[in-house]
Amino acid sequence: MADASVVRAAPRQYAWIALMWIRAALAYPASFWTLTVAGAIITGLDFVGIAIMFTTIDTLGDFGLREIALLYGATGVALGLADMAIGSVEQIGHHVRTGSLDTMLTRPVPLLVQVCADRFALRRLGRISQSAVVLAWAAVPIDWTPARVAVTLMMLVAGLGIFFAFFVAFSCIQFWTADASELANAFTYGGNTMTQYPLTVFPREVVLSLTFLLPVAFVNWYPSLYVLGREDPFGMPSWFAFLSPAVALALLALAALAWRTGVRHYTSTGS
Amino acid sequence: MALIDATDLSRTFVVRRKDAGRRSLRRRREEVHAVHGVTFSVEPGEMVGYIGPNGAGKSTTIKMLTGILVPTGGRLTVAGVEPSRHRTELARRIGVVFGQRTTLWWDLPLRDSFELLQKIYAIEPARYRENLDAFVTLLELGDLLDTPVRQLSLGQRMRGDITAALLHDPEVLYLDEPTIGLDVVSKGRLREFLRTLNAERGTTLLLTTHDLQDIEALCDRVIVIDHGTLAYDGTLAGLHGRGGSMRTLVVDLVDEAPAISVPGASVRRVEGPRQWLSFPADASAAPVVAAVAASYAVADLSIQEPDIEDVIRELYSRS
Ligand SMILES: Nc1ncnc2c1ncn2[C@@H]1O[C@H](COP(=O)(O)OP(=O)(O)OP(=O)(O)O)[C@@H](O)[C@H]1O
Ligand SMILES: [Mg+2]
Repeated sequence: MADASVVRAAPRQYAWIALMWIRAALAYPASFWTLTVAGAIITGLDFVGIAIMFTTIDTLGDFGLREIALLYGATGVALGLADMAIGSVEQIGHHVRTGSLDTMLTRPVPLLVQVCADRFALRRLGRISQSAVVLAWAAVPIDWTPARVAVTLMMLVAGLGIFFAFFVAFSCIQFWTADASELANAFTYGGNTMTQYPLTVFPREVVLSLTFLLPVAFVNWYPSLYVLGREDPFGMPSWFAFLSPAVALALLALAALAWRTGVRHYTSTGS
Repeated sequence: MALIDATDLSRTFVVRRKDAGRRSLRRRREEVHAVHGVTFSVEPGEMVGYIGPNGAGKSTTIKMLTGILVPTGGRLTVAGVEPSRHRTELARRIGVVFGQRTTLWWDLPLRDSFELLQKIYAIEPARYRENLDAFVTLLELGDLLDTPVRQLSLGQRMRGDITAALLHDPEVLYLDEPTIGLDVVSKGRLREFLRTLNAERGTTLLLTTHDLQDIEALCDRVIVIDHGTLAYDGTLAGLHGRGGSMRTLVVDLVDEAPAISVPGASVRRVEGPRQWLSFPADASAAPVVAAVAASYAVADLSIQEPDIEDVIRELYSRS
């Protein structure tokens, strides 16, 4: 089924569909720019909130503002990219209910590509660039070595992969109950919100859950500790910093399995 | 080789229904045999009407033929492959139109939808231009190409959908209630278009409908399905015979009279001086007419051919 030619064609097919939506969005430039800038401002307010806290405190969970900015920026860029690339997968329940999933199933493009590229929203670049600015600000005082640069890049790519897997896996629930998109949101965005803070503000049990259960700690926490040159406050092994790509791959494999099971289970609608 | 080959095709849905009792919140697991042991095959170039009452299993069959749904029983091949396993490959060779909903992108102008389809289906540019021009002319879509789909009327949208389903020259076109909600003129044009399509391009058509005029206008062959099982597969003419269908002689007498009694016919209805007599469709009308004229003062006579709807209603109620 998933032979090489299908996989090779997928990025191109994705690009066609995404480009069409970009063109459609740019047909109304005023609305496009308003939404893009508004998106950046709204997500930017999170960080403004944290920065305001720092007018009365010097550290939060033993981390300074610049260090938190690294955590915030890394998870923000990863989530933003995942959300832009495949966030539309959350709409699967909507496609089930309206029957547009049936239509997609009759087209010669893998369903996942179609669902992810549907209504591709370039305006999410607003959020991504806001996170990227914070990340760049955080990067200024860091003592950069080639290894730290490599780990930072790895962090962003693996983070993207982890959120990608979360989006797909949690959206699959909607193959069974078509109105579970709120649930999908809760896990993915909730995971993101928690990783915006240093995990030292949470009890140990929460950190363990975010490491082994819903492993969002690998999105930014462990690699950031390495980049910042800090000891793990919870005594986790230092090589956890390099585990993110493996975690991402494992989660992606699970997500692919969930997706296949979901599509196979799909029973269409009665009309 | 047959283009479509279904053997003992079945699809069961498991649904959970609330128990009838008000106290219980538990849901009962229940199986719905939407399609149950259906066997038929379709040769290239055929035009087949797939009919049956609401809930008979027509849409479910189409969804299996297109690979959307995985059959739960039996065998199915379309163009030599199992649709649900080879869905994406098969997609290039089939076209699908759902009358109830659009396959186009709601917010995009028709032109953008068509161009995206060209890329997705890898239609050669020259072929694409040729097909688009042909369908735009035949279906009179010229002025609508730049209108977003959501602003199109039902009939306009349907024409857009049909074009979208045909741009890649599919071997077979499935239409699930393509004429639903269309006015008489639009229905007529659509039928004309489908006939031309079949005659000129040899496209195989399989359509479901509740409008039997679609069938009469288009299909040499009808498959009747009821409660998921095959009730009839054959020619339209044969369906008349099967139903034991009757022709009707409408007699206008000069004066009101009691029910007419002649051999070979029976009175169905009396309304003042007008009476309706029915007699077997395969019998000649001449002796009946002669017998009536011989014993009654007749003002006028007319013969009504058997109504396909009656025939099918008969078939449904028997199965
Ligand atoms: N996705 C589904 N889940 C559960 N039951 C279904 C589903 N799809 C169809 N059914 C059931 O299967 C039966 C056949 O439905 P189907 O849609 O195939 O009928 P149909 O012949 O197309 O009817 P109509 O003329 O009303 O469109 C119905 O009893 C329907 O309730
Ligand atoms: Mg139907």
